[in-house]
Amino acid sequence: MFQLIAPDGTVTGAGELPDPETRLRLYHQMRRARHFDERGWVLYRQGRLGVFPPFGGMEASQVGTAAALSADDWLFPTYRDTGAALTLGLPIARTLAYWRTSPHGWSMPENLKVLPFYIPIATQYPHAVGAALAEKRKGTKNVAMAYIGDGGSSEGDFHEALNFAGALDAPCVFILQNNGWAISVPTRTQTKATNLSRRAEGYGIPGVRVDGNDVLATYHVTREAVERARRGEGPTLIETVTYRVKPHTVADDPSRYRTDADNEGWDAKDPVLRLKAHLMNEGLMTEDSEAALLKEVADEFEAALQEADAYPDPQPAEILDHVFAEPTPQLRRQREQILSEENA
Amino acid sequence: MTATAARTETRTMTMVAAINDALDIALQQDDAVHIFGEDVGVMGGVFRATDGLQARYGAERVFDTPLAEAAIVGMGIGMGLAGLKPVAEIQFAGFLYPALDQVLSHLGRYRHRTRSRYHLPMVVRAPYGGGVHTPEQHADSPEAILAHTPGIKVVIPSTPADAKGLLLSAINDPDPVFFFEAIKLYRSVKEDVPVGDYRVPLGKARIVTVGDDVTVICYGGMVEVAQKAAAAAKTAGIGVEVIDLRTLVPLDTDTILASVQKTGRVVVVTEAPRTGGFHSEISATIAEEAIEFLRAPIIRVTGFDAPYPPFTAIEDVYRPNAVRVARAIKAAMGY
Repeated sequence: MFQLIAPDGTVTGAGELPDPETRLRLYHQMRRARHFDERGWVLYRQGRLGVFPPFGGMEASQVGTAAALSADDWLFPTYRDTGAALTLGLPIARTLAYWRTSPHGWSMPENLKVLPFYIPIATQYPHAVGAALAEKRKGTKNVAMAYIGDGGSSEGDFHEALNFAGALDAPCVFILQNNGWAISVPTRTQTKATNLSRRAEGYGIPGVRVDGNDVLATYHVTREAVERARRGEGPTLIETVTYRVKPHTVADDPSRYRTDADNEGWDAKDPVLRLKAHLMNEGLMTEDSEAALLKEVADEFEAALQEADAYPDPQPAEILDHVFAEPTPQLRRQREQILSEENA
Repeated sequence: MTATAARTETRTMTMVAAINDALDIALQQDDAVHIFGEDVGVMGGVFRATDGLQARYGAERVFDTPLAEAAIVGMGIGMGLAGLKPVAEIQFAGFLYPALDQVLSHLGRYRHRTRSRYHLPMVVRAPYGGGVHTPEQHADSPEAILAHTPGIKVVIPSTPADAKGLLLSAINDPDPVFFFEAIKLYRSVKEDVPVGDYRVPLGKARIVTVGDDVTVICYGGMVEVAQKAAAAAKTAGIGVEVIDLRTLVPLDTDTILASVQKTGRVVVVTEAPRTGGFHSEISATIAEEAIEFLRAPIIRVTGFDAPYPPFTAIEDVYRPNAVRVARAIKAAMGY
């Protein structure tokens, strides 16, 4: 398992570290993601956010991988990958709106190729193959990245997509976040396989296993995979070994299916504190500079929250918008029905 | 150019040749059009619908995929998101089922779930229906599943000219279209088909024969069956108006209701299973919108609530024929 910094923040020497500026940027992005996750819980309890799948503890897996993309690349996130979408540039206000189920969160920004979070499991993998193939056909160097979990990697779409991407040489990067749990089912129940990155071999493509709580390592291996794809050398599967510290969603009670023994040791592997220790050790960050960074992150979030609060509620007839480019006669009649019942 | 425009040059074609012609024109017109699926490239498709296209346009635009329907549709969705016009072939409608997650979860939803930030100008072609003694699972009619899925258009032609005109409209439509091709009609019918870019608009039914006594509503492989029954009825002095829907979504209810108001008697014909079939939607629409014009109950002539039979000797019991349709016409008249 590839690792650049150990849980205590010391450098392993397994490879070259990114420059200091990049390391600080990754720390900033992880803090933005963690802040969203922590505030998300509070907002949910206040009734200001819908049911939301937390990702705290998986920031290195999401930020390090998404940070390896450029703004012209594609990102296909699952419902747990809010941190990845924020890193690519999905605005916080729009992300809040998404988890509030406001239409303002569903209309993805024009300047990004990020898709709404995928609810069905594994279906995004073939989509990434298609988007990647389209970029290749159009002669660009853009790539497509898709996320999945250990549970999702049991789905047929996961395997079909890896095979298609290999057979068609699609410039894809497949991220498999192995966080140990598919709701209540542990990976050992999910599969007899213990190293999920080796599944790539069956499809003739490279597979990489990386410490998913080491953001420098996830960034390093993903950047290599992205560059390979840009050079026309095809897809890569990356398994980030991490842990779902949090419940499946804010409405889930993990005490029904897992014990403290299961969670043992993962707090000590915390990805944010790990990079913090490293930055402090290296003299790249001080308590003061970190405090300033945290304040900036909090201010940005609160401003975005105000922006999201100002989005108007949707109107009833909006449920019939955007079904087709031109509504069918049936949809026009159904709209009249909604409007007449509204005014009744 | 539309169906009503002046027709100039025509060429006699089978339905499969007309489909091939439409695909050829689409590939020629727009570099974004890509055709893919199992055996569509080198071999030109199991029914030869894509014959010669890979040789003409190259293996990047007309290509064979691995054998996996979910990924064929799923990859097409990704291609559509990225601005291409994917035209996927599913080898038989009965092989669509592995891809239904992609169809039901994504194909029809993408415009809606992104508030039109993305849309999917994708076509999925699939041969469907019985009457030619295919092996098990090769004769299914799953169109109601698609028509029941919001955001997907469903097109089922019954003639070579319509196949060409509707397919070119489908490929140029900004939204996903399922295009079902009746296997029975691929080579059994020939007619004059306009040369060049020819379009038949989606959502406009075709009145096949005009009559005052009974309206027979059908599409795809059932149109020729209804025509035979109508010809038999005519000799008995019964005027049958046969309506070929052409597209189930959008549905041309105006043409249906105008005919029903005139005749007051309705027979709906499909070869799909009875319960929950699209014939039921047509029946409910007529009952809701035109019950005061009805002089007889709406009669459905359909397949049965059993899988399409793999028994060649008795296949015709399942798939409606002209005798069954004629019987329904007679029942409507005698009510």
